[in-house]
Amino acid sequence: MPQTTEVKIDPETHTLIREGVESQINPFDLYALEEAVRVRERLAERGEEATVTVITMGPPQAEAALREAISLGADDAILLSDRAFAGSDTWATSYALGRALTKLEPGLVFCGMQAIDGDTGQVGPGIAVHMDYAQAAYVAKIESLEKRKIVVKRLIENGYERVSLRLPAVLTVVREINEPRTPSLRGKMNAKKAEIPVWKAADIEAPEDKIGLLGSPTQVIKVFSPPHRQGGEKWAGDSPDLADKLCDLLAEMEIV
Amino acid sequence: MSIRIIEDKCNGCALCVKACPQIAVEVKDKLATIDLDRCNFCGACVSACRLRAITIEIEKQPREDLSQYSGVWVFGEQWGGEIAPVVFELITAGRQLANARKSELAVVALGQNLDSAAQRLSDYPVDKILIYEAPELASYDPERYSRVLSDLCRELKPEIVLAGATTTGRSFLSRVAVQLYTGLTADCTGLAIGDDGLLHQTRPAFGGNIMAEIICPYTRPQMATVRHKVIPTSPKSSNGKRPEIVRLDPKPQLFGSRSEILEFIEQLDGTVNIVEADVIVSGGRGIQAPENFALLEELANALGGAVGSSRAAVDAGWIPYSHQVGQTGKTVCPKLYIACGISGAVQHLAGMSSSDTIIAINKDPNAPIFQVADFGFVGDCLEIVPLLTKKIAALRGRG
Repeated sequence: MPQTTEVKIDPETHTLIREGVESQINPFDLYALEEAVRVRERLAERGEEATVTVITMGPPQAEAALREAISLGADDAILLSDRAFAGSDTWATSYALGRALTKLEPGLVFCGMQAIDGDTGQVGPGIAVHMDYAQAAYVAKIESLEKRKIVVKRLIENGYERVSLRLPAVLTVVREINEPRTPSLRGKMNAKKAEIPVWKAADIEAPEDKIGLLGSPTQVIKVFSPPHRQGGEKWAGDSPDLADKLCDLLAEMEIV
Repeated sequence: MSIRIIEDKCNGCALCVKACPQIAVEVKDKLATIDLDRCNFCGACVSACRLRAITIEIEKQPREDLSQYSGVWVFGEQWGGEIAPVVFELITAGRQLANARKSELAVVALGQNLDSAAQRLSDYPVDKILIYEAPELASYDPERYSRVLSDLCRELKPEIVLAGATTTGRSFLSRVAVQLYTGLTADCTGLAIGDDGLLHQTRPAFGGNIMAEIICPYTRPQMATVRHKVIPTSPKSSNGKRPEIVRLDPKPQLFGSRSEILEFIEQLDGTVNIVEADVIVSGGRGIQAPENFALLEELANALGGAVGSSRAAVDAGWIPYSHQVGQTGKTVCPKLYIACGISGAVQHLAGMSSSDTIIAINKDPNAPIFQVADFGFVGDCLEIVPLLTKKIAALRGRG
């Protein structure tokens, strides 16, 4: 029964630090959060109660992102943070999040399509396997939600696919699914006074050889800057002249 | 695992500080120190350090004998028997890897009525085509597909498994990797066998601002999804050698699933999938009105391409989300990307800057798009585009 709704914020959020925006919600996860809040609201209209819990894995600073999530409508939040998680790849990340989520027994888990930095899109499906939940990736619309069943429209290469899933389920959502709200005053107040528990590896009973660098099958051995693109030649002038020039260019490239 | 600064070698030059994506390194009193709460052992500092003053040590052992794994598999993604174009790109990559490892290349196709797909694949330089047919596999189901592929990997032990970074490939290979407890690198743009015999996988991160090279040393198979269009399509076999077609016995006990496909809704507008297009004509805020997208469509049709858009145009409701290129949309790398009336926000650039050639048309000579465009045209795209389409039609008429 969909009593609790989980939102997972991608664990890789914290790497946004690089851009100096300390601990913001990964933009993709905003859609996941918004959809979870909408589901809660829809259920409330039917007299069913649900809560939205946001969970993320990251350094202590990620707490700020969780508070932001509460200001946007989440009921509560959990931070999965432990030095032992450092170096987790998508396998170890989805394992740890899966363990934590299993403790919460949610009816639905919402994930962003992918993180903004790692952008692998693997963590959501990974969580589904670790939790043994049904899965729909790239969800663009929730069409109906019943006690044991959800019907979603998911984005595929050449259009969409309508799929019915038996609950509980993990959904990863695309941007098309909704327009996220801005924080409400009440939300901001809630965010300020919320107590956010920090779960360590021991709290989710995660063996050390399944988390962090030790639990990660992949290893980054080199990080480098891609070849920098530079602006080339630029032309200005009348539109007909520019169209001629452009046409010549396409002919040169053997496009036309 | 541990990361260590060798104090005698470090001179406090701070190259590591600049290299660290996590801002986990600081230089204090001419000595680098690492904040272990932030460090994720990515190794950027190790490769940046000219004095070899940073070391990362990992004590890890494989759980099984890795030498029992051999061969390269390409996942033969298909829709109703039609092989996805990316599969032919994967064959190019797979062939090179298999040659480098002196092993076999196989394409694995799951589905139903795959005879014509198998025939089509037979023209290409692969050693084996593994066909796994069952009515339950007629269309993609994450649970069934991942269980079947995991089972095949356990039984036949390929060393490397590749799939396209399509919505299917991405959402199901990650399941297989979790089930097999092995590594998967998503969205690779480069694959090679290193001197160590391992698969070295290169992928962009941070929207393409950083490239990472990744290995999977202790578990098998080594798995990767590969972006469209970064590898050329394989030529057909030239030596007349036909691959062996192997039909695998389906195991119905693997076909349990909690999901059911109710309907496919094919999107008819812009029939060409933008990630597969060789030419993309893309429009942004400068297109000004939804009806003006028709101008781009006409040009795209004339060039045999597809229409893309910036986020601004999607947000304005001028074109559906499935056309959006950029960080929150699709990542594309066509041979030619024509950006019309797109200013070039970093989020957009992240989705298209690895295109082979970029042409930008924009009224604003200072638009950031010109910094990545190989050819820039300062002018009104609403005038230039239709003129260009006409010119192309005239050229064709003459030719």
